[in-house]
Amino acid sequence: MNETQQPPAIAAMQARSAEALREARISIRGVDFFYGANKALKGIDLDLPDRQVTGMIGPSGCGKSTLLRVLNRMYDLYPGQRAEGQVLMDGTNILDPGIDLNQLRSRVGMVFQKPTPFPMTIYENIAFGVKLHEKLSKSAMDERVEWSLTRAALWEEAKDRLNTSAMGLSGGQQQRLCIARTIAVRPDVILLDEPTSALDPISTLKIEELIDELKRDFTIAIVTHNMQQAARCADQVAFFYLGELVEVGSAMQMFTAPRLKRTQEYITGRFG
Amino acid sequence: MSATNAGIHASGPARDGAVAGSMSRRRKRLDRLVTALCVAATVLGLALLASILFTLIWRGVGGLNLNVFTSVTLPPGSNGGLLNAIVGSLVQTLVGTLIGTPIGLMVGTYLAEYARNSALGNAVRFVSDVLLSAPSILVGLFVYTILVDPFGGFSGIAGCVALAVIVVPIVVRTTEDMLQLIPIELREAAVALGAPKWRVIVLICYRAALFGIATGVLLAVARVAGETAPLLFTSLGNLNWSLSLTQPMASLPVTIYQYAGSAYDDWVDLAWAGALLITFGVLTLNIVARVVLRPRR
Repeated sequence: MNETQQPPAIAAMQARSAEALREARISIRGVDFFYGANKALKGIDLDLPDRQVTGMIGPSGCGKSTLLRVLNRMYDLYPGQRAEGQVLMDGTNILDPGIDLNQLRSRVGMVFQKPTPFPMTIYENIAFGVKLHEKLSKSAMDERVEWSLTRAALWEEAKDRLNTSAMGLSGGQQQRLCIARTIAVRPDVILLDEPTSALDPISTLKIEELIDELKRDFTIAIVTHNMQQAARCADQVAFFYLGELVEVGSAMQMFTAPRLKRTQEYITGRFG
Repeated sequence: MSATNAGIHASGPARDGAVAGSMSRRRKRLDRLVTALCVAATVLGLALLASILFTLIWRGVGGLNLNVFTSVTLPPGSNGGLLNAIVGSLVQTLVGTLIGTPIGLMVGTYLAEYARNSALGNAVRFVSDVLLSAPSILVGLFVYTILVDPFGGFSGIAGCVALAVIVVPIVVRTTEDMLQLIPIELREAAVALGAPKWRVIVLICYRAALFGIATGVLLAVARVAGETAPLLFTSLGNLNWSLSLTQPMASLPVTIYQYAGSAYDDWVDLAWAGALLITFGVLTLNIVARVVLRPRR
């Protein structure tokens, strides 16, 4: 299917393309990444525009998820994985070994492919992350829980069962809970690693609407295998292939007039 | 899948119906034979178990009376009970579990969270597994040389420590296994919120593994509640009422061991009653734990 022919996506993109890409919230400069001796990212340069959505696309194994995991230093959990180069946020290089990782992760949140509710109540799921970084009174915490669940479009469904286990939610609700949990910490940047690939179409739609709503406050990077999703959600699209950033541009330009043949071929489904 | 197969069969080359039929009959016969063997093996196993339980109940109930719970062990023929042995067993099992569980929990956590592939971790894991299958009389002898011999006598606390030594490797194994079962995504999700490692372990992993770890602790309790050998050289047994951990202490298994081999009928009856008590105690514990700890949805 040729996604460039999708009218709703085109309309959405046209609406967004009226707005130019903003200045960078995060600047990635010359980043290399290694799994042991295996080089997974090669000299990546990319800006994540402030309070806009960057869609990262490319075939499996191209390095897009790896790049996401560089931005919150998730790779630090695993010995043998390392990144070189610079990722600048507010003038600091977050790849600096001296950086406080827990503080960094409170500013750069992440939502994963599989919904990962913690084995506790819905309320506790939200409070868990907040308590790590702030001391709130009970009423302030109540407010924060309501605020984040509302922002994640889950409040109406969850308000009467806040003290029941989060494991009882449906997959789509669990994923929105994970988003609520992430924004409850009030980060600047949200990383979404294929957040809808385990969800049904209705839940996917809800999450996509949510992304559109959240970008008013948060800078968002989303990895997706779904071209239409990238077209529907992203302001900027970056195409990765074999560990390199092949092409980056506004969603409109990438989907209607990609500069490179390889990008065109991937987007139209001829390879990948 | 099956639809495809059916399609192939329907449209495939004509087959020799007689040959196919005989093969199919042979397979069905073989299937029935193997099924019958499996059922027979299951029945045999269950029958053995049932006969043990039946004998235990049959003989045990005969020895049960109020005296068992109200009177301490007395010389043959004087209507004694098992009170000191029952309480001694409870105390030693409880204290042994209380000593062994935190140690096992910490070692298991270390193995699963901090030393998955380190040389020290592998060494600890190996030693723990050896300890798991070591004859329990060795544990008794070990505690004898470190707690009984140097301090000049048998004591309840030595019995507790011997039981703790048996508890540790069981809890280590289940804790490590249960923590390793926790999906990496759950840990990453907690880390991604800015949680330090210890918080992830204590608040997320322990909670997710609670049921498994608690089951492991109960298995350990069940195991040590019936241990005799490690207590023979440590708490020894005590014919009188004593709650002092520095004195020799009675226990059900040791009392059963002494009474069952005796020539006195009332002692033998008491031994059966004691065995019944241990069995049902452990059984009750397991059932209660299953009900209480059942994962809630």
